[in-house]
Amino acid sequence: MDFEYLVLVIGMGIVTYIPRLIPILVLSQRELPRWLVQWLDYIPAAILSALIFPALLTSGDPRTVVVISPEVLVAIPTVIIACKTRSLAGTVISGMALYWLAQRFFL
Amino acid sequence: MQHISEEEKGSWWTAIRDGTVAAWPICLGYLAIGLAFGVIAQKAGLRPLEIGLMSLLVYAGSSQFIAISMLAGGSAIAPIVATTFMVNLRHLLMSSSLSQYLRSLRGPWLAFYAYGVTDESFALNLTRFRTGGWDWRRALVLNHVTNLAWIGSTMLGGVGGQFIPPGAFGIDYALVAMFICLLIFQLRGPVFILVALIAGGLAVGLSLVIPGNSYILIASVTAATLGIFLGKLKCLQGGEGAR
Repeated sequence: MDFEYLVLVIGMGIVTYIPRLIPILVLSQRELPRWLVQWLDYIPAAILSALIFPALLTSGDPRTVVVISPEVLVAIPTVIIACKTRSLAGTVISGMALYWLAQRFFL
Repeated sequence: MQHISEEEKGSWWTAIRDGTVAAWPICLGYLAIGLAFGVIAQKAGLRPLEIGLMSLLVYAGSSQFIAISMLAGGSAIAPIVATTFMVNLRHLLMSSSLSQYLRSLRGPWLAFYAYGVTDESFALNLTRFRTGGWDWRRALVLNHVTNLAWIGSTMLGGVGGQFIPPGAFGIDYALVAMFICLLIFQLRGPVFILVALIAGGLAVGLSLVIPGNSYILIASVTAATLGIFLGKLKCLQGGEGAR
């Protein structure tokens, strides 16, 4: 393993760790104002949505919107199963099975 | 939601069991992505140990993929590190959100916990913390079990990933399905649904016009901020609201 690679991964490690560490250190040790607690309460829904929608609906580089794909088609029953069963395991397993089937159909 | 006594909560053994069991959807997903990463990294000239070291020190999938493609393109160190910083800045929000459940932890434990904050562990741990029967020990175990799965599967991909058929059993969809389900769990009233729709719509729109993944941070911050104002509207009140 050469020295340059070591410098690279240590550098990447440090800049990745800092944003993970600072908020945990600072925010866990104090009482937060009500509005900030409320704001943090909306963050999970917002961030999960901001991760999922582009991952499902866009592809390529530069990105373009692709609405008809196995990923999107399978997402619809996956949402319904998640709402009806409220089961993470059930949703993941049936999502995987449906995606596997959908790929066979598409290819 | 199962009831857990104080005594049991304090025990590391039950924490290891619960954390490991809960980690399986992430491990499945990491296996698929990690193998793919290992194959690509090996093609770019990295040995399994070098791949494992990156997975251990960085532990952030998308930035690792980007780093490999920049390395293969002959990039210098500084631009790769700068890009990694930008790509992983979104963890700021996840750590902020998780911090509210880690009040009983101090210094070194917090530092140890912070290492394991990923999109996936954040989503799963936060949901578990909210629904109860979960504590920092279980969350920490989940972080590190998934961490091992990531390091192991990336190294495995570097050794012989090309012999494993891609996409077997729909494994590529494990994390997508998990995120969809955890998002549904987060929708606890009209304001949460609106916040999610705004964030999703904004993220798609922004992702088409700005390169990189800063759209995640911008869309989430904007949507959560609008949520504060939407939450003040009488007609939208209902659901669980803030903790």
